[in-house]
This record gives sequence, structure tokens and C-alpha cells, in this order.
Amino acid sequence: MRDYGAALASADTVSVADSSDVVSARQMVRTLAQRSGMSLVHQTKLVTAASELGRNMLVYGGGGVVRAATITEAERCGVYVEFEDRGPGIADIELALTDGWTSGSGMGLGLSGAKRLVDEFDISSGPDGTTVRILKWGR
Amino acid sequence: MTDRVPVLKIGEILLVSIQVDLEDQMVMDLQDDLSNRIVATGAKGVIIDISALEIVDSFVGRMLATNAAISRVLGAETIVVGMRPAVAMTLVELGLSLQGVRTALNLERGLKLLRRISAGRA
Ligand SMILES: Nc1ncnc2c1ncn2[C@@H]1O[C@H](COP(=O)(O)OP(=O)(O)OP(=O)(O)O)[C@@H](O)[C@H]1O
Ligand SMILES: [Mg+2]
Repeated sequence: MRDYGAALASADTVSVADSSDVVSARQMVRTLAQRSGMSLVHQTKLVTAASELGRNMLVYGGGGVVRAATITEAERCGVYVEFEDRGPGIADIELALTDGWTSGSGMGLGLSGAKRLVDEFDISSGPDGTTVRILKWGR
Repeated sequence: MTDRVPVLKIGEILLVSIQVDLEDQMVMDLQDDLSNRIVATGAKGVIIDISALEIVDSFVGRMLATNAAISRVLGAETIVVGMRPAVAMTLVELGLSLQGVRTALNLERGLKLLRRISAGRA
């Protein structure tokens, strides 16, 4: 995935510390998706992915920060979202991205499903925390 | 305390119409409330209207599937009605199959389906 970090200079931010913040985070992402002129199906996919990643960050990462910004290129427009937590990290990312694998009581679909729902997906994780970056183009 | 989703009793049917973006706690409360109300009222059918829901993620999806299973054990059939097309497409890509969940296009068809099911049982 390309580095879209520069776009975050003008990012919207939601701190996630409880489950109502997950709702705020997905509303923020929806607003940006609408603003970027994304089709309804694409909006729905992006917001669903954000919901999964926001919940993971809360449940496994102990909370964190969600930053989002619209990205405009010559021919296209999209939304970039970053989820950063300072939790224990994911020991085996490949395993965590396997459909149906959960360390808890979930369905193990959040991470792998979110990856399918967006156009670009990047995850980095270590003992200091986890950062997931996603991007969805408008159409 | 978070808000709760109202569960309405209409004859032998319980009707839940989800009108707000659900926090996870509300989802869990709704699951509890529904099982309790099925037992308390002896309802034979449950309709969950999700036409106002803009997304269904794995958490809500799991509640819908679990609720369908629990209500069946308690003698009631659950129909989920009004799923938006964009939500359905997203669910499939997410990998959620909603196994065991009966669905209908809208409330009217959901009611018809419930009537047909209970007639079949009688
Ligand atoms: N931010 C995170 N920090 C630490 N571990 C994580 C994080 N996100 C995911 N994980 C780990 O990856 C596993 C898979 O995540 P995924 O979202 O796919 O499934 P789940 O949350 O267990 O279930 P579901 O999302 O389907 O309800 C989790 O069980 C957890 O162990
Ligand atoms: Mg998850």
C-alpha cells in the first residue's frame, strides 16, 4: 500500500475508548465517504470495514485513535482511514487474517472481511500496538 | 446506561424495529430482551425490521443468527425484514452467511411468511 500519511494533515479524528466511540468513528467515516461522492454500496462496504476495525481496536487493543481523510487524485477520489492502538499487538498476522480465526469468541471475520471490503489494506503490529490502514476508492 | 431497542408485542408476534445506529451493548441487550419477551409472552413469531440500518457488521450479524437459533428453541420463528441491497452485498463479501436466519423483503411479506409458517405447524 502506498503511503497516504500526508493526507492526514487535514484528518478528522475520533478517539476510541468505549463502544459509543466506535459508533462515532463509523459516522465520521460515513460522512467523509459521502463527501467524496462514493456510491452507496462502496460507502456501506467502507463503513462496515471501519466498524470491524474500530471494534477490534477497542476489544483487543484497549482503544486507540481513528483518523480519516479524503484522498483526491487526478481521476479518482477515495477515503483513507487509519486505526492506531497501543495494545499488545497481533503475534501472527497471517493467522489473524484467516477467515474464521479468532482468539476470543468472535467469528474471526472482522479482519479478513474488512480487507476484502476495501481496495487497499495494510497492517503493522508489534508489542507496542497495531496500526491498520485502509483505503477505498469512490467507484 | 445505554438506550434499549423497544420490543413491541402485536398479537402473537414480537416486533423489533431498529431505528438507530447500534452500539454493541444495545445489540447484546436486545438479544437478552428478545429471549425474555418470547418466554414471557409465549410469542410464536418475531420480526426484526432492519430497513433503517445502514450497515450490518459481524457483531450485529452474529446477534441476528444467534437470535434466530434461540427463538427457535423457545418455539418462535424469527424473520429479519427490510435488509438494504447494499447491506446484503456487503454481508456476503464480509463472509457472513447468516445461517438459519429467515429473511423477507419487507414487513408485509415477513408477516405473510410468519402466518404461513404457523399454519404449517398447526
Ligand atoms: N487491534 C488488534 N490488537 C490485537 N489483536 C487483534 C487486533 N485486531 C485483531 N486482533 C486479533 O486478530 C483476531 C482476528 O480478528 P477478527 O476481527 O478477524 O476476528 P474477531 O474479532 O475475533 O471476531 P469477529 O470480528 O468476527 O467478531 C482476533 O481474535 C484478535 O486475536
Ligand atoms: Mg473483530
